[in-house]
Formats: sequence, C-alpha cells, structure tokens
Amino acid sequence: MKEKIGVYICHCGGNISDYVDVEKVRDVVEKEEGVVLSKTTMFACADSAQKEIVNDIKENNLDAIVVASCSPKLHLSTFRNVAERAGLNPYNYVQANIREQCSWAHTDKPKEATEKAIRIVRACVGRVRYSEALEPFTIPAANIALIIGAGVAGMRSAISLADMGTHVYLIEKSHFIGGRVAQMGELFSTDEKGEEIISDLYDEIKKRDKIQLFTGAEVVSVSGSVGDYKAQINIRPRYIVPDCDMNKLKEAIAECKTEIPDEFNFGLTQKKVIYKAYENCRPEIPAIEKDRFNPDQKFLEKYKDCIDLEQKTETLNVNTGTVILSTGFDPYEPEDGEYGYKKAENVITLQQLKRLIELSNGKLEYNNREIKNIVYVYCVGSRQKEGENKYCSRYCCTAAIHAALLCRKKFDSVRGFHLYRDIRTYGKHELLFDEVSRQGDIFFRFNEDESPVVETANGKLQVKFRDILTNNEEVAIEPDLVVLVTGMIPRKDSSTVAGILKTPVGSDKFFNEVHPKLRPVETVIDGMYICGTCQGPKNITESITSSLSAAAKSNSLINKGEIELEPTIIRIDPEACEWCDKCAEICPFDSITKTEYSPDGQKGKTIALVNESTCKGCGMCAPVCPTDAIDIIGYTNNEIESMIDGLIKEV
Amino acid sequence: MEQEKDFVPKILVFSTDKISDPGIDLAGQQHIHYSPSVYFIIVPCSAGVKPRWILRAFNKGFDGVFVAADGTDCPFSADCSEKTGKLVAYSQELMKKEGVNPARLKMAAVCSVCALPFSNHMKNFSKALSGLGNIQSEKYIDPEEKEKQK
Ligand SMILES: Cc1cc2nc3c(=O)[nH]c(=O)nc-3n(C[C@H](O)[C@H](O)[C@H](O)COP(=O)(O)OP(=O)(O)OC[C@H]3O[C@@H](n4cnc5c(N)ncnc54)[C@H](O)[C@@H]3O)c2cc1C
Ligand code: SF4
Ligand code: SF4
Repeated sequence: MKEKIGVYICHCGGNISDYVDVEKVRDVVEKEEGVVLSKTTMFACADSAQKEIVNDIKENNLDAIVVASCSPKLHLSTFRNVAERAGLNPYNYVQANIREQCSWAHTDKPKEATEKAIRIVRACVGRVRYSEALEPFTIPAANIALIIGAGVAGMRSAISLADMGTHVYLIEKSHFIGGRVAQMGELFSTDEKGEEIISDLYDEIKKRDKIQLFTGAEVVSVSGSVGDYKAQINIRPRYIVPDCDMNKLKEAIAECKTEIPDEFNFGLTQKKVIYKAYENCRPEIPAIEKDRFNPDQKFLEKYKDCIDLEQKTETLNVNTGTVILSTGFDPYEPEDGEYGYKKAENVITLQQLKRLIELSNGKLEYNNREIKNIVYVYCVGSRQKEGENKYCSRYCCTAAIHAALLCRKKFDSVRGFHLYRDIRTYGKHELLFDEVSRQGDIFFRFNEDESPVVETANGKLQVKFRDILTNNEEVAIEPDLVVLVTGMIPRKDSSTVAGILKTPVGSDKFFNEVHPKLRPVETVIDGMYICGTCQGPKNITESITSSLSAAAKSNSLINKGEIELEPTIIRIDPEACEWCDKCAEICPFDSITKTEYSPDGQKGKTIALVNESTCKGCGMCAPVCPTDAIDIIGYTNNEIESMIDGLIKEV
Repeated sequence: MEQEKDFVPKILVFSTDKISDPGIDLAGQQHIHYSPSVYFIIVPCSAGVKPRWILRAFNKGFDGVFVAADGTDCPFSADCSEKTGKLVAYSQELMKKEGVNPARLKMAAVCSVCALPFSNHMKNFSKALSGLGNIQSEKYIDPEEKEKQK
C-alpha cells in the first residue's frame, strides 16, 4: 500500500477551473488517507510544472502520484515519464480525468462538477494506493520482418524496411508479384500503367540484398511472439527447371494445347496451362498449373530440360521479429442475376472492363459486338442495406469515371451513362468527375430501394430505372454493355490467414487495427501490422501510405535488438486456481496453457499458466474464472474496488 | 413506487480504454451534457468486467451500472459483444439473488466517436433508474422466487 501520495489538480488554463472549484477539490482530497502533498497547478503538463513534480517526488520521497487533469489518452505517458525521471515507477502514477469527463461535460452545473471531481480524484487516490511497481518485460528481437503479400503495399513496405536496415522475407502466394495493380492497366490519377509500377518496384527489390522474395509461397503456421516469431512457409513449385533455356520453353508453350480460363483477365480469355500472368510479368519465368496438365510422355521427354513435374513443395522455416500483413482484397463478384450478371448478355464487372480495355486495340468489342454505349451501375456489392458489405469501397467511383474517360480517349465515340447513388470522387479525383461530365457522359441518380433493372428484353439489353434528378422519371436505356461498378471485399482466404496469425478481423471481415485514428497500422498483437487493402478499401496512394507507416512502425520496434513489452497482462493466483480450463477456452490469443504447481515439493496440482509475451491483458478470462483466481494487472480487485468505494463516498 | 423528489440516480459506467472511453471523452470535448452523477472506471475490454465489481457497486450505493461495451469495434476479439453479454446476464442472475432489480444493469456498445449516442444512453438510463428509485429503498423480489413462495 502506498502511503506517501502526491496529488496535483490542474486548472488547465480555465478549461477545468472555470467549472470545477479546484481549490475545494484540493482541500477535500488533502485529507484522504495516504495523501501527503496536494497542490493545484495552472498547467500540469507545462515544463515548469513537470519539473516541480519531479522535485516534489524526490524531496518528499513520494511513493505514488495522481494528476487530475485531462484525459489519460493525452497525457498518461507524459506523466509516467515525469514519474520515471524522478525515480518513481511509472505504474505508480494514475491520471484522473476531470476535464473531458467532468468539467467539459458539466459546464452547466459547476457545483455538481466540483463534487464529481472530488469523487473522481478520491477514486484515483484509492487506486494508486494499491498500484504496483511494474517493470516492462525486455525481450531480444531479431531485426527481421516477414511481409505476407507482394502487392504494391507489401513491395513498397519491403523496400522501405530494407533501406532502414531490416532484413525482409517477402512472400507472395501467386507465382507472380504485383497483386491487383498489375491487372488494372492505366490508373488514376497519373495514367501510369499498373504493370510499369510493378516492374519498377520489382527492380528496386532486386537491387536490395536485404530482401528475399519467395513466390508461390504461403505461411502455414506461425508460433512464438514479438521479436521471435517462427514461421513455416510452404513454397509451391513452378515445375520449370531453374535456369533452363527460355527459347526451348517458349517452344514448349507453343506446342502445349491445353487451355484454361485466365483468371488474370477475369475469365475474359483462355490461357495455356504453362503460363505467365501477363507478358511482362515478374518474375518472368512461367509456371505450370499442374492439376490441369496432362501431357504425353513424348512431350515430357522432349522438354525434360525445361519442365520437371516431379518438383515438390519445399518448406522454409524462418525466424522473424515482426510480421506485416499485406494480403490485399478480392474484387466483389456479383451474384448470378444481380443486375443481370451472368443472366442478361453483355453485363460485366468494372475489373473485367479494365481488362477488356487493355486487351482491345482501337475498337472496344465484347461478345463480337462493338461497344458504343455503356451503362455503369455504381455501388455494386458496397453500401448494402441488406447484405454484409455496409461500407463504401472508396476507390470505385473514381475508378469507374477514370475507366469511362479511358474509353472515350482510346476508342471512338464511346458514351457513358452513369447510374449512381452518390458520387464519391473525393479530393483531387473530383477533377475526373468534372472532366467526364464535360466530355458528355450523363449521370442519373437512383434510390437504393428502387435499384435499376437490367435484363435482356426482345433480344436487346435494357436498363430501366427511376432517376431522382428528374423527379423520379422512369428511364430506359438500351446500351451495348452494362458495367457493374463492383467494390472491394475481404479476400476469400483471409480467414485462413487470420486463423494462422490470430490477428483480429472487424465486423466487415477486413483485418482490424488497434485504433482507426491513433494506431491505424498496428494490430493488438505486438509486432504484427496490417497495411494496404487487407485492412479495408483503399486506392494505391492510400495503400502505400499505410505500407510505409507499417514499415516505420515495424523497424522502430525491432531495430534496437530488444523490445519492451507492456507489463499490464493477467496474473493467476496458483492457490485459487483449480484448472478448469475456462480461461484457456475464452482467451482469444491462446495465451493460457497448464502447468504443474507444487510449492512445497508435495504432490502438486495442475494450474493455469500465462504466456507473458502473448497475453494482451484484455482480461476476458478474468470474469469467467469460477474461483476468481485471475487478476488483470493494473486493474486488480483491490484497485477497482477502491475506485468504486471512492466514487460513491459522500462528499 | 414512491419516488424521492430530487432523486438523481448514481450511475457507474465501465468504459474501455481503446473504444468507449474515447467516445465518452468526445462527448466532453463537444460539451454535450449528461448527468453529473455518472462516473467512470476504465477497463481494457468490456468482456473483462468482473461480476463481483458490478455487485460491489450496488452494495456500496450505485443505483445503476452501465457497461459501455466495445461491440464490434473490439480490437481483441470479434466475439466481444457475446462475451460481454454473457457476463452481464450472469451478473443479473447474481443481482436477482441479492434482491437487486436486474434492470439496474445495462450494456450497450459505445464506439470511439459515439458522443451523442452515449449521452442519450445516459439520459434514458437515468430516466429508467428514476422509475426504479434509490437503491437504498430497493425491494426487488425475483418473480420466480415469488412464484415459489406462493
Ligand atoms: C477495378 C479496379 C480498378 C482500380 N483502379 C485503381 C486506380 O486506377 N488507381 C488506384 O490508385 N487504385 C486503383 N485500384 C485499387 C488498387 O487495386 C489497390 O489499391 C491495390 O491493389 C492495393 O494493393 P495491395 O497490395 O493492398 O493489395 P493487392 O493488390 O490485392 O495485393 C495483395 C497481394 O498479396 C498476395 N496474397 C494474398 N494472400 C496471401 C497469402 N496468404 N500469402 C501470400 N501472399 C498473399 C496476393 O496474391 C497479392 O499479390 C483499383 C481496384 C480495382 C478493383
Ligand atoms: S466509391 Fe462510389 S461506387 Fe464505390 S461504394 Fe463508394 S459510393 Fe459506391
Ligand atoms: S478459469 Fe480460473 S480456475 Fe479455471 S483454469 Fe483459469 S485461472 Fe484456473
């Protein structure tokens, strides 16, 4: 129990003292058990005030302090540092929030606000009385990062990390790097080609010894904890003999007749089973879809110097300090019949249109029909009232309008009719909206409760809808092509990755950060970061911004060779624990296992054991323990209950 | 039920460090007013509130306890609401046994920008608690118990 407590009550200019009588608070709190010093101060966070607190602690041998001021979100670490500078353990500091949760919320009732402030400070004095000096755990950390997914986000993160001195394992599930950007042709807002961006990033990666890139590679298990994760990676073979004669391989590809749908072109074309994702893909070595490949013996014999179907999956075990997830997104695939998709003829998605533009030369054609008029239906698979995807996919308004401009630029007289709910070409992208409107594309607005109907009627593609902009006029258009402006969804396989890494996903099923504003690329798991579109819809700029931030966070954590971990985890009372395994069952991080406990060498008992480097201190295990054997450090029964008592005590 | 005239119910809110407490801070930043008899204790996650703390609050004189849950924003677990719901339901069972009306314990998700929704929760909960009266005069009997006694 702390017996020499110092209390500081802040005016915060007038932010607090205009409504709370801080002197009165001081007068009451001064009499609390254990309080040996109490002062009011104009700005507790000011340099001079911090120095004064440091001196007070030293001179009076204070063993705990409370600062009653703003929210701990602002200054908890400031005052923990003050304590530390005075030689006091930072966990013997408690911040009382009498601004956001008192003076500002009760500007209308100064008398009550003062009374409330007294109770809050008392509660915090009660809490600090039971506070324990805690030491962060220091553990060694390898200056190595594992990046999962080599789309633009993962690649840019790898380059940045390597430049800061971190060794990088960059692993890509596909045999080719680049993710979705490689598929999208010319991009907003610079009109650069996706392929070129990818090739440039690849060249940069190849220049850096610190980056080891593995394609066809997937993480199958991760164990350990921050600073020392152990990952097992499976690398699927390409079935191509390394360093073989490329001309001979080209011959083999020419001779091979087996074709399968080309998912790079979203099924618009077929590809050979020995394939490259696209002509200038990286790495440039083709790969074989073995499951779909049944060559005869003669073929295999002829090309045995290039093709080796006996290659096996290799396993690689790596140690890493941190993990960055950049696994990207899947484009939304409409249901059969959704706006006529796969039911009416000539209904495609935006991603298919982007490929179609790339594959076309001079003339835009689909299904042997020249395309002159395109209807775009927006928000398909996003902002669903009924469905799962409540969010706006952000990129699609701009991408659709950019695609419409591209069509006008590349092909003669292609007109666009845009059926939207809202246009969200935010920031600079608004200029594209301006441009396409000026060039003559027409915009209609529909109500989500009355979605457009797309069907083939009398052999003709037809779109019917009511246009809000013209007083709900019923409009019918007979276009050559309907493009569904599809949103982004979490990758189908992201739950597998989440299962392996134990990284939380949000209600939208994208990976979840600790805090959307204050800690946007960290997950609650120490040393695991998320960036790019695996976290939610983003365009390239936004994906890269977050990937650089994840790289910086990752490097700053491990570059010193050791890491300090928050000591606020849980603690199990070995006497009380009866090993019922309820806590182990509820723990979202699998941090509880069992151990034998025999304090006096007698026959022991089984009790729960906490893994200190993976426990997050969420405390979900605490309420389920039937014998109340679990304390959340920093939130022990003593601390919480003395707060309750302090808050209720009459003033 | 007899009501004291100027009865202002005392409410203890369990808020969470990363999600609901920032939402409550925001209410203050926007100078949104709610009853000054609302007090806060921060915990790491709403699914980590112990039932014994809730009972302690009632025994010591709080008229209501409100768990400002992380809901779907919980950074720790997607099942946070379910887990918080379970401990709330369990606490209500314990309350009934001790003769405390389970309606005095409420939970609702409060997100990190839920300033106005939070103040509305407090308004509604204060009103409901005023109907139930001061905890000191609590005469709650579990309907099931009543049935048994008959
Ligand atoms: C139709 C369309 C048009 C677009 N146009 C533009 C535009 O013009 N301008 C713009 O700025 N943005 C545009 N975008 C958005 C852009 O595509 C994304 O911002 C970008 O692709 C995000 O990059 P990423 O690295 O996060 O994800 P991705 O590009 O999806 O890359 C993720 C990578 O991770 C790999 N991966 C996934 N899971 C694993 C695993 N378990 N193990 C290993 N590897 C894995 C994937 O194979 C992939 O290579 C468009 C998007 C669409 C759908
Ligand atoms: S960006 Fe536009 S099309 Fe995409 S979901 Fe948002 S509003 Fe709809
Ligand atoms: S729930 Fe309690 S008694 Fe059961 S194993 Fe965990 S700590 Fe021990």
